[in-house]
Amino acid sequence: MSSPNSRLLRYVDALREAVDQEMERDSQVFLFGLDVDDHKAIQGSTRGLLEKFGPQRVFNTPLSEDAMTGVAIGAAMAGMRPIHVHIRMDFLMLCMNQLVNMAAKAHYMYGGAVRVPMVVRSMIGKSWGQGAQHSQGLHAMFMHVPGLKVIAPSNAYDAKGCMIAAIRDDNPVIFVEHRLLYPLEAYVPEEPYTVQLGRARTCTRGDDITIVGISNMLVECLRAQELLLDAGIHAEVIDPISLVPLDTETIVNSAARTGRLLVVDNAWTNCGASAEILARVAEFANGRQMIQMSRMGFAPTTCPPSPPLEHEYYPNPAKIAAKAYAMVRGETGGWTPDPERAALSYQLQFRGPF
Amino acid sequence: MTKNPSSPDRFARLYQKLQLIRRVEEEIARIYPSDKIKSPVHLSIGQEAVSVGVCDTLRPDDVVAPTYRCHAAYLAKGGNLNGMMAELFGKGAGSAGGKGGSMHLIDAANHVLGASAVVGTTIPIAVGYSLALKREGKGRVAVVFFGDGGTEEGVFSESLNFAALHKLPVLFVCENNFYAIHTPIEKRWATRRLCERVETYGIPTNLIDDSDVLEIRRASAWRIEAMRSGKGPAFLEVHTYRWKEHVGPGQDYDAGYRNIEELRKWQERDQVALIGAKLDPALRRKIDAEIDASIADAVNFAENAAWPAHEELLRHVFAE
Repeated sequence: MSSPNSRLLRYVDALREAVDQEMERDSQVFLFGLDVDDHKAIQGSTRGLLEKFGPQRVFNTPLSEDAMTGVAIGAAMAGMRPIHVHIRMDFLMLCMNQLVNMAAKAHYMYGGAVRVPMVVRSMIGKSWGQGAQHSQGLHAMFMHVPGLKVIAPSNAYDAKGCMIAAIRDDNPVIFVEHRLLYPLEAYVPEEPYTVQLGRARTCTRGDDITIVGISNMLVECLRAQELLLDAGIHAEVIDPISLVPLDTETIVNSAARTGRLLVVDNAWTNCGASAEILARVAEFANGRQMIQMSRMGFAPTTCPPSPPLEHEYYPNPAKIAAKAYAMVRGETGGWTPDPERAALSYQLQFRGPF
Repeated sequence: MTKNPSSPDRFARLYQKLQLIRRVEEEIARIYPSDKIKSPVHLSIGQEAVSVGVCDTLRPDDVVAPTYRCHAAYLAKGGNLNGMMAELFGKGAGSAGGKGGSMHLIDAANHVLGASAVVGTTIPIAVGYSLALKREGKGRVAVVFFGDGGTEEGVFSESLNFAALHKLPVLFVCENNFYAIHTPIEKRWATRRLCERVETYGIPTNLIDDSDVLEIRRASAWRIEAMRSGKGPAFLEVHTYRWKEHVGPGQDYDAGYRNIEELRKWQERDQVALIGAKLDPALRRKIDAEIDASIADAVNFAENAAWPAHEELLRHVFAE
């Protein structure tokens, strides 16, 4: 992943750089959404773009997410490449008619006569009391509908490469970001590049268990993988990166080899991405092989803001490691990692106000 | 657009479109009981003048966005009749390859944007298209048609505000036929002052309360000319009347939600008859004969066209 022109870059800056480079390359690309041009610049991810490209190509909108999604679709049909930014994924619920009934279907129901090349950036929040409506991982709702691509990169390198790929894609792409990933650094090439949508990345090699982590949960799974080494367990951690299209093959091959699959989603499990991944692996394994499978996600309730309740609500490295240990060793409660070591030292929990 | 509005050419042109739409819809209603048309049809009979009056003021490269009652706007803008008929028959040669149906007609070559079955949905899409047209800077405009029910959707107000804020070249045209499916306007609106509501967004409006195609044309020409020179959006409310049932080929005056006296009142102002009467009878007969021949050709084309191939089922889910 490193090239001569790589440097450490934060996820948030990688997003900004990708959009900057694509806007420079293609005059049809424009960026709009609530607060994209204010002094906070969507946590910095749109910083400097207004000054560089002007208010025709970088502009704020009224609080009209439904119509603004239609505006993006119409502009895309006319040949432009809009990037519509939402500072919380929860706000996409205001856009569902346009995304599900038009963006997803237009190419098909108009017999290929139109294309809808647009990117919908949406950020998932966590911690500091984000609570019921600032914390939801709703990617599975979009995975359900044919015609939408859904991607959830977990590091700065993939964030830049996926953003450029999404902008150049001729389809609507739901780009899932996680607030806690923004400050994380990775080596990112200076030049533009694409990360192919629909190809998973195997982050660590291991023979004992396959762990798939989605969005921010990938980071927590990697920490769990380190903890599991203390117990002599070698986990193969896979980042799907793209949920639609989904690289089933990489996950199936790994699970078939390790014989165990744990999927950890940054969302609820019911009808979620974890359900889809387990179903695909089960369909492959059916009658051929026994693969032990399990999954983790948000507790099946609304996200509470109170810290102790919120702690219980989310999976974390200690819970993931303990679950994987139980799957591998066949005993529950036999081992739990050192709580001090289980903290995500490199992922500080967000502190207010927003 | 500067020609004398009473010019014989203009009457012939308006009549040709009015009669084409009327006759196409009548033919669809005639064929419908045969089950050859496999799509829910929302016929435009009675409402032809709105699309015809507005589209007569457009350039070929201007864009229209119709509703699911889209046959009139599609044909008025010059949409391909063979493609439309084949689409209604579900054939591969249809305007959307048999993947859209009556409620999703499209003709990209003639700049008819795809229609939507969800009320109000195409309003912001037309606004977005007009944003691209403004950036393009060639003076093109977009027109979006919707019904009185469409103005009740949240996106209507959101779209008006955004279009006015950015001075976008989009003409909003409300075809007010007084019913949303079967629910009369009295049960849905606290006041009838729609134009007033729209004006508070800073958008100029016109109300044409009798569906006079020449008045519709005059208002549209005026507004669109201003739009081409950067004056921003405008709004027309046109009172009109749906003669047939909401969906399907028949009438429904026995259903109890509306009175046939309403129909009779509107039939006295039937624009197809009124404009037709202004033509030289020989010219009118010639136009009628040409229209009937083109419809017969289209039906023949649709009947003989092939079904879509099986592999079409999964084609176009994603653009390659």
